[in-house]
Amino acid sequence: MRKRSDKTLGESLRDHGLSRRGFLKLCAATASLMALPPSMAPAIAAALEQARRPSVIWLSFQECTGCTESLTRAHAPTLEDLIFDFISLDYHHTLQAASGEAAEEARLQAMEENKGRYLVIVDGSIPGPDANPGFSTVAGHSNYSILMETVEHAAAVIAVGTCAAFGGLPQARPNPTGAMSVMDLVRDKPVINVPGCPPIPMVITGVVAHYLVFGRLPELDGYGRPLAFYGQSIHDRCYRRPFYDKGLFAESFDDEGAKLGWCLYRLGCKGPTTYNACATMKWNDGASWPVEAGHPCLGCSEPKFWDAGGFYEPVSVPLTLGPGTLLGAGVVGAVAGGGLATLARKQRKEEAGTRQPVTVDELEQKL
Amino acid sequence: MSGLDPTIGHPSSGASCARSRHEHGHALPILHEIRHALERLLASGEETRIDLHSMPFGPGDLERLTAVLGSGEVQARVEALGPTLIQETAIPGVWLVDYRGLEDQRLSYQIEIAAIPEILRPRPEDLAESLGALEDRLSESGLDAAAPNASPPSS
Repeated sequence: MRKRSDKTLGESLRDHGLSRRGFLKLCAATASLMALPPSMAPAIAAALEQARRPSVIWLSFQECTGCTESLTRAHAPTLEDLIFDFISLDYHHTLQAASGEAAEEARLQAMEENKGRYLVIVDGSIPGPDANPGFSTVAGHSNYSILMETVEHAAAVIAVGTCAAFGGLPQARPNPTGAMSVMDLVRDKPVINVPGCPPIPMVITGVVAHYLVFGRLPELDGYGRPLAFYGQSIHDRCYRRPFYDKGLFAESFDDEGAKLGWCLYRLGCKGPTTYNACATMKWNDGASWPVEAGHPCLGCSEPKFWDAGGFYEPVSVPLTLGPGTLLGAGVVGAVAGGGLATLARKQRKEEAGTRQPVTVDELEQKL
Repeated sequence: MSGLDPTIGHPSSGASCARSRHEHGHALPILHEIRHALERLLASGEETRIDLHSMPFGPGDLERLTAVLGSGEVQARVEALGPTLIQETAIPGVWLVDYRGLEDQRLSYQIEIAAIPEILRPRPEDLAESLGALEDRLSESGLDAAAPNASPPSS
């Protein structure tokens, strides 16, 4: 009898009693998960049929376990279970039954048996090589030495969460532990960043599914993030965007604009400078997401978001508009009908002339 | 009774603390996309699937879209890896396909513009095995041998 690890995904699925219709459904859901058009389902089916289980080593460093919680509490257990059933998760502090030397032995064994083919997933930032190694250790070894040892023969590294991808909270000023990101330290392997605090669980799974389906890593942006999920800004995909275009903003959390669901830009929404998939994938089984719940985007998937100014300060402020100006316009417009559109267009034109955009980089320079 | 929950056929986009009484306008572009897809279906038979799960809908957009599309005569349910609920809209050839997991959570929600949704068709591999499957069941049932005018098996 063939070992489970020798079987293709298609063979394993049939062993599980999954029908061909069930397989087609899995592929349709996987296409949705990977932000691919539904027409890709047959190609995904053909690829998954032949895919083999990759060995995965999950390293947790300076982190809060929120990223693992995000994934394991995902409300799509069928899909997540299936995909994670078809990777071989050979090491994960929080999830594995083994502890102590047996746990470390499992990691070393997986590295030896899958040399050059295994994936390393990292959550948490790492005290750098010049930092006190005692800030964070596992089995008596520094995070840095474990990371460098484990990635040496890895096929690729996936940095899950903003701490692993960009340093995150541990790296926020004054960065007492000398925290660094994975891509700061790993230079000779492909590093895929899946930032977010925490990342959307479907994005984590989607990246792994992409590797399973295509046998290679997805296309990345300048920050090493998969373009399929981080290719568009929150602002561009936000359902409140039409209010921004009309110049209709909430000025406080309990004003009429907030109640009417207007744009949260002036309350500090970082949507215009944040790239993530929250606006479409949402959270809690697609129930909602922060902006839909009435709170501005904090920009948690961007580098140094903890130090990028106040969460409730707008990224760009039209200087001529006092608080309440647009709210007043909205009330008038509600009565005057088409007058609002004309007024909003005029105000938008004036805004365009007076707006002083502030980027995250500029904010950092000022601080 | 189809067994379909009508609330599942027309789902809400989720609980929201900031319900808006305003139209967000995101249903209209999808309706235009459906119109173009229908034109392609009629002209060349080309089928189209639109993934609603990845649309930046605001509160009420999905309800607005499904309300405009309406309900047709056909409802179907496929039990494979959890239920898949299929609802014909009032527009022939436009289907709502709701892929759900074993715990009834949504995996994907799609509009399919086709004569018959893909998930309802038997898979070609299954169809190829159908005659053998029927013969096996006939043989297991014993009805074939018990029939008074049963013909002897051909050699």
